[in-house]
Amino acid sequence: MANVALRHVSKRFGHIEAVRDLSLAIDDGEFVVLLGPSGAGKTTTLRLITGLEHPDQGAVSINGRDVTRDPPGSRDIAFVFQQYSLYPHLTVYDNLAFPLRSPARRVAEPTIKKRVEQTAELLRISAKLGNRATRLSGGEMQRVAIGRALVRDPSIYLMDEPLSSLDAKLRAELRLELKRIQVELGATILYVTHDQVEAMTMASRIGVIKDGELLQLGTPREIYERPADRYVASRLGTPSINFLPAGMVAEIAMPAGTETIGVRTEHLRIAKADGGSLVGRVHRIEHLGDQNHVHLEYRGQMLVTLADPHAPLEAGQDVELQLLQPLYFDADGRRIAATMH
Amino acid sequence: MAQIRVENLHKVFDLFTAVHDSKFTIESGTFFALLGPSGCGKTTTLRMIAGLELPTSGRILLDGEDVTFRRAAARDIAFVFQLFALYPHMNVEQNIGFPLKCQGMPGREVRERVGETARLLRIEHLLASKTSKLSGGDRQRVALGRAMVRRPKAFLMDEPLGALDAEFRQLMCGELRELHDRIAATTIYVTHDQHEAMSMADRIAVMNAGRIEQIGAPQEIYDRPTSMFVADFIGSPPMNFLHFEGGLQPGDRAIRFHHVSVPVPEVREGSAGPLVLGVRPEHIRFSDAAPIRGRVFGTEYLGTTQIVTIETEQGRVKARISSREPVRIGETLGLAFRSDNLTLFDATSGSAIKTAANGDASLGSNAHG
Repeated sequence: MANVALRHVSKRFGHIEAVRDLSLAIDDGEFVVLLGPSGAGKTTTLRLITGLEHPDQGAVSINGRDVTRDPPGSRDIAFVFQQYSLYPHLTVYDNLAFPLRSPARRVAEPTIKKRVEQTAELLRISAKLGNRATRLSGGEMQRVAIGRALVRDPSIYLMDEPLSSLDAKLRAELRLELKRIQVELGATILYVTHDQVEAMTMASRIGVIKDGELLQLGTPREIYERPADRYVASRLGTPSINFLPAGMVAEIAMPAGTETIGVRTEHLRIAKADGGSLVGRVHRIEHLGDQNHVHLEYRGQMLVTLADPHAPLEAGQDVELQLLQPLYFDADGRRIAATMH
Repeated sequence: MAQIRVENLHKVFDLFTAVHDSKFTIESGTFFALLGPSGCGKTTTLRMIAGLELPTSGRILLDGEDVTFRRAAARDIAFVFQLFALYPHMNVEQNIGFPLKCQGMPGREVRERVGETARLLRIEHLLASKTSKLSGGDRQRVALGRAMVRRPKAFLMDEPLGALDAEFRQLMCGELRELHDRIAATTIYVTHDQHEAMSMADRIAVMNAGRIEQIGAPQEIYDRPTSMFVADFIGSPPMNFLHFEGGLQPGDRAIRFHHVSVPVPEVREGSAGPLVLGVRPEHIRFSDAAPIRGRVFGTEYLGTTQIVTIETEQGRVKARISSREPVRIGETLGLAFRSDNLTLFDATSGSAIKTAANGDASLGSNAHG
């Protein structure tokens, strides 16, 4: 495994700036997730690392060696796509062995056998090695697709939304498996997704990307608790963070320059109305089983908070609001570090 | 708006029974979700109510009137498929007014009705816009408007949000429910997504293999599942199932779980043989004193909470705890359960065993009748 770095990389397609002055260093053994909506530049970033695209500016290096102009084949990278792309006429064994049998690699058959069996073990598909690829369930097929990358020992694994075509249950299972495999192998992974849960649950570090720009890079906890700006704050958390114009909660002490206050749903406490000034009205209660989402109206603004599923609340009721650990944002949407609490 | 009543509805396709003896009543103004995996019979049930499919036996009543064999067009029900299907060459006003125009309604009346519908959907400002220029959310609103404009007695929706990505789906769920609160139309909503059903519906019918397993309010189904199928289908992550052998007597307040005594809600019916202890992830706490032990396999950070997967002798268990609580992969932990919230099941039949916690739950009178 190895470390991979992008330095001030930019890439345009016609008049669209797909990637803008992006710098990112992935350390050996790290699981970095690029999180962003479609069109943010995630996939282009991956393609720049593979060499399928060349940057207009900037450099790509692997293990300290500049590979910016090297062809894809010489970069020692394994790619896992969203679609399974298995060879339907081959068995699971032959699908896994395929990358090693490439004439360029010349791996001996006994070594191939060992690698395939180890990989199958790791992915818990040993029992299926003799099956045709088409006789597998969706989850098994995606395991094989990931396995085909794992049989090799590349510098880095690049994964482009590999779980997005699976159903929710399977996705949850494979998230956990993929993380376990990455830890066991000490693999370096750059993974792109638009799914915040995948990013939060698997990443060592998350890079939040939008319009080709890397807005923030940090551990899931850093990104969640200390977002760089409003966009990043709204990107993580379900339901998403509440924003209130500072003028609407003038009762609260806040740093100079605060334009907007951000309050995560779990930090918006409600209590029986008791003569305080922040009084909202319960608009709707959503039952999700383990918790309720309470939709509130406060001075014409809709807010969402979490409540115990058995809390005695009903629509139309007045409640007092308490903002715990609010985040402060300036006129440009940047977060102002607060030292007051 | 109307009450919808389904009596002993049965549908057989050749050798396959798609819907098995379904009965339920949806009161006027209720948002009712038919929830289940693909192939469970939910769409067939909906299509029979719409008149797109004839039942093999049973009756369908709309406001007390038997419509079982009435043509779809004569039922005064709006069927909403995947939203977004708009006529691209028409503007918003023409799209919404189209169903009325087809009925031959005079132009002035059509305009009035379209205006009223647009007001309810808060899209009046878009009436002159081309549909191709609309955002995803607005397209969806227009599609809904086209269903609403006829003022049908009920709305039937078949996975209308299926094709959307997670975040947008959540937004539209909120909007659909808000709209329902404004117009209070009887709605049947078919989905395989438990989150959609939980967040929108007043009542949910959980279907499995052509049968209704349980009908109830979302919280009731979550708290007091009548079967392992329902317990597994609702909740994310779903309920943990811990298998054990034993015998239960009415009045028992604890079970022998692999030589460990675990307090449970007071048992109300006897049972013996292979049993299952059902524990929701948020009802697990870690305690060094707890005798049920496990090794941490993985942790998943979710902001406020984290999901911790623990390998125990009875299989993997998922717990939801605060993300403030430090947990290390590989460490051994003791698992303690919130005893009031535990559910016991008969492993063979999959049915919940009656206890003080679920004694009042309607144990699927619909289910196996």
